[in-house]
Amino acid sequence: MLCFLPKKIEMRFDYSSEILEKIGIPERAFDLKRNQYSSTQILRNILEFTPENALKIIGLISVDLYIPVLTFVFGQAQLNGKAAVVSIHRLRQEYYGLPPNNRILLKRLGKEVIHELGHTFGMVHCWDTRCVMHFSNSIREIDVKEDKFCESCSKILLSKL
Amino acid sequence: MKEKPRILVVDDELIIRQSLSDWLAESGYEVEAVEDGFKAIGEVKKKKWDLLLVDLKMQGMDGIDVMREAKRISKELPVVIITGYPTVDSAVQAMKEGAYDYIVKPFNPEEIDLVIRNIIAHQNLVKENIYLRQELKRRYQFKDIIGKSRKMQEVLVLVKTVAKSNSTVLIQGESGTGKELIARAIHSTSPRSKCPFVAVSCAALPETLLESELFGHEKGAFTNAISLRKGKFELADKGTLFLDEVGDMSQNTQADLLRVLEEREFRRIGGSELIKVDVRVISATNKELEKLVKEEKFREDLYYRLNVVCIQVPPLRERREDIPLLVEHFLTKYSIENKKGIEFIDEDALRLLMRYNWPGNVRELENVIERAVVVAKKDFIGPDELPPSVKGKPKEVLKSSVADHNLSLQEIEKRHISQVLEATNWNIKEAANILKIDRTTLYNKIKKYKLTKPA
Repeated sequence: MLCFLPKKIEMRFDYSSEILEKIGIPERAFDLKRNQYSSTQILRNILEFTPENALKIIGLISVDLYIPVLTFVFGQAQLNGKAAVVSIHRLRQEYYGLPPNNRILLKRLGKEVIHELGHTFGMVHCWDTRCVMHFSNSIREIDVKEDKFCESCSKILLSKL
Repeated sequence: MKEKPRILVVDDELIIRQSLSDWLAESGYEVEAVEDGFKAIGEVKKKKWDLLLVDLKMQGMDGIDVMREAKRISKELPVVIITGYPTVDSAVQAMKEGAYDYIVKPFNPEEIDLVIRNIIAHQNLVKENIYLRQELKRRYQFKDIIGKSRKMQEVLVLVKTVAKSNSTVLIQGESGTGKELIARAIHSTSPRSKCPFVAVSCAALPETLLESELFGHEKGAFTNAISLRKGKFELADKGTLFLDEVGDMSQNTQADLLRVLEEREFRRIGGSELIKVDVRVISATNKELEKLVKEEKFREDLYYRLNVVCIQVPPLRERREDIPLLVEHFLTKYSIENKKGIEFIDEDALRLLMRYNWPGNVRELENVIERAVVVAKKDFIGPDELPPSVKGKPKEVLKSSVADHNLSLQEIEKRHISQVLEATNWNIKEAANILKIDRTTLYNKIKKYKLTKPA
């Protein structure tokens, strides 16, 4: 199901990528009161499993993520850092009471993976609603944007690659 | 480049400070976080902030105290109170004390993002408003003359000195160098600033019309003179009369002008009454008046009357170091005028602007930037937005060298090398490329002709 991702990443960042074996979610990441997982803890865990030759690493997870100050996040990245994580929990149509739709889910996932990896390359949010670096604060914003960088962000990304 | 909006986070919980700072940084904000109100106030005193996000419950100073003190230092600073323990009372109190909003932790990302974006957009409007007010205020004042180069600084010193006096001023400079701006700056900083500044272009009107324009006419003085009309001299009484392109004035008008300057009185065309005026005359020309005097095309006595103080405005190619400053000024001006969010000019485009010879001087640069802002589809100006004339090689430099047929071959070589060096801002590699000689040869020729890089 995820085999489309390496090609998409290569297309946007010009780096080859591969899918690694899955790793477990650390228990300490779970917050009983919020019934959610701390994305910061998960990022730390991902970093521990990062192969030495990897420039960047992104984890995909099915549970709901949070950072202490927000009710939820679709994903988190280390700005200008190495690791990022994306949750598919709120990307699924079922979360919004709709019938499952894999095509929509993968489209959203592709955008969020590019978005979070963009942050690891130092890219910040873009005001162009079509740009993949536009804010991802709601599913609506994710659906409106495309899975590619706008002209201005492309130029900035090029200077950072 | 446009500055990033600056946000100060004040919260006693480390984890909140860290996660909020990281999350805000992803949106391109410049964020600092402190753990108590005292440090926050220190930061407000030290730097300018676009927004304060302040936790309500803190030891020492609580969020409301911090907001009160911060607003005492910076009245317009927006403050959002954040809390994990919301109550109706504290919310009402926060809003009464001037909070922009009151938000409960943890935040819904869409909600907090919208609040912050609205505040930043509002702050940008406030900044834009301040800029426009200042722009309006200083439109014809000193600060409008942009230039940090030594040559422009010398001009400004002279402008300041001459503004205090009542002397007649002659401003010389190529077309587009900003001679009228200099004249307006002299007027607006002189004791005459509260009286009118009246400008006349001597080149735009035929002789008879120019006379009527300068001195006015009585009703019936000539066909079409259906009513009395005051001339520019009368309109500029107690103020300043700016005569642009004075070198284009006819011999007859020159004689009339000289008489007014000497006697400070004149008659309207077709009139008999002598009208006394107190006018300071500032004239400007892009021609070499001295040469016109020698050719007997311009009266020598008038020349000396006008040329009590002479200000030479340098062409843009002789003050290339001012180009980035001018570009920034015009970029902001036209970005606001055209409601575009153009934030910067990229290095390649700026390099092209620095290399170009600017025969039309600052006016041409202003037009190029205005055009670039209008056609730009991105938030910056790149080479694509510049016209082909600017992107091409600096061919202008060849003009003057070959135009004079009385020069020796050596003199032509010296002048041409000097102009190519000037056009390339003394980039030896680029100059050698244009001249199609190697760099060593170019260095030898620079030494031979004793050419020196301007300071």
